[in-house]
Amino acid sequence: MKLEILHTLNTERAARRAVVVVTDIDSGAQRLIKAAEADKDPLAETLDKRLRMGKSGMEETAQGRVFITVHVPSPKLVITGAVHISQALAPIAQMLGYDVTIVDPRTAFASPERFPDVKVLAEWPDVALPPLNVDRYTAFVACTHDPKIDDPALLHALARDCFYIGALGSRKTHAKRNERLKTAGVSDVDFARIHAPIGLDIGAISPAEIAVSIMGEIVQSLRQKPARSAKAEAA
Amino acid sequence: MLGRDEDILKAAEDWSKAGRGVALATVVETWGSAPRPVGSNLVIDSEGNFLGSVSGGCVEGAVVTEAIDVIDSGKPKVLEFGVADETAWQVGLSCGGTIRVYVEKVS
Repeated sequence: MKLEILHTLNTERAARRAVVVVTDIDSGAQRLIKAAEADKDPLAETLDKRLRMGKSGMEETAQGRVFITVHVPSPKLVITGAVHISQALAPIAQMLGYDVTIVDPRTAFASPERFPDVKVLAEWPDVALPPLNVDRYTAFVACTHDPKIDDPALLHALARDCFYIGALGSRKTHAKRNERLKTAGVSDVDFARIHAPIGLDIGAISPAEIAVSIMGEIVQSLRQKPARSAKAEAA
Repeated sequence: MLGRDEDILKAAEDWSKAGRGVALATVVETWGSAPRPVGSNLVIDSEGNFLGSVSGGCVEGAVVTEAIDVIDSGKPKVLEFGVADETAWQVGLSCGGTIRVYVEKVS
C-alpha cells in the first residue's frame, strides 16, 4: 500500500467518513475511493452494496478479481430521554458495538446511578447535540415523550441525515408531532423517515422488550436499506 | 473492534513515516470457521514487531516471517492457511477453517 493511500485512509477514518480501497491482489495495484465519490466509480453498484453492509471481500470485476476493503465508521446511538427503556436500550446497543450517548436535561433522570456505564449528558439537546457530531452513521431515538426535548433533537437528527430516526409514542402522539414538525418546516418526505410507533412489531410489552424491538429496527435500517425505503414509500 | 483496526492502520502509517520497513497483512478470504473476519489487519515491521491479528494468534508467526520477505522484495504475496495444509498443521489453525492473507509493503 502506498503511504499516500494509507494516509488518506487514516484521515478519512478519523473524520468518520466511509472509504473503500480496491486492491488487485495479483499485481498489487490499488486505489482509494471516498464514499462520497463511490457513485461515479465503475464499480458503483458493488461499492454501494458493500458500503451499506460495511463488508469487505473478494469481488469478480471486468478487470479481474479484486479485494475490496470497506472502512465505515462505527455506528453511534443517541437517545433523548434517560428513561426506563433507555436503561435497557443502552447496554443492548453497546453490546452491538454502538457508541451510546443519552441526552436528558432532567437531572433526576440523567443520573450516573441510573446509567453506570453510559455517557449521559444532563443538558438540553441544543447544547448537548452539536458537539456529538451526529452523522449518517448515527441512529437517533427520541424517548422522553416531551416535545420540548424530543422535537429539537428530531430536527437535528433529520438535518444530520441519521440512518435511523425513531420516536416513542402512539399514532395519535405521532400525528400531533407531525403537525408541530410541519410548522417547524419539516417536509412530508422527511417526516416519513421517523419510525413511529417505534420498533419492530414483536408484541413487546416490558421496557427491555421494547428496547429489543427498537434495536432490531435499528439493525434492519443499517443492514437492509432498500427494505426501509420500501417501507417509507408505502407509508 | 473498529477502534482497534483504526489503531493498526494508524500504526502502519506512523511506523512507515518513522523510516521503519513496514508490511500490512489483510485477511482477504475465509472458508469454514475462521477466527478473524475478512478485512482484519496485522501490521509488521522489518524487525518482526507486529500489531493486530489475522487469526487470533494461530498463524501470526508465519505471516510475520513472510511479511519480512515482502518488505525486502517489495512484492505483494498471498498466503493461505488451512487444515489441509501441512504448514497450517504446524502453526495450528485449530478452528478447522481456511484463511487467505494478502501481504503488501507500505512504501
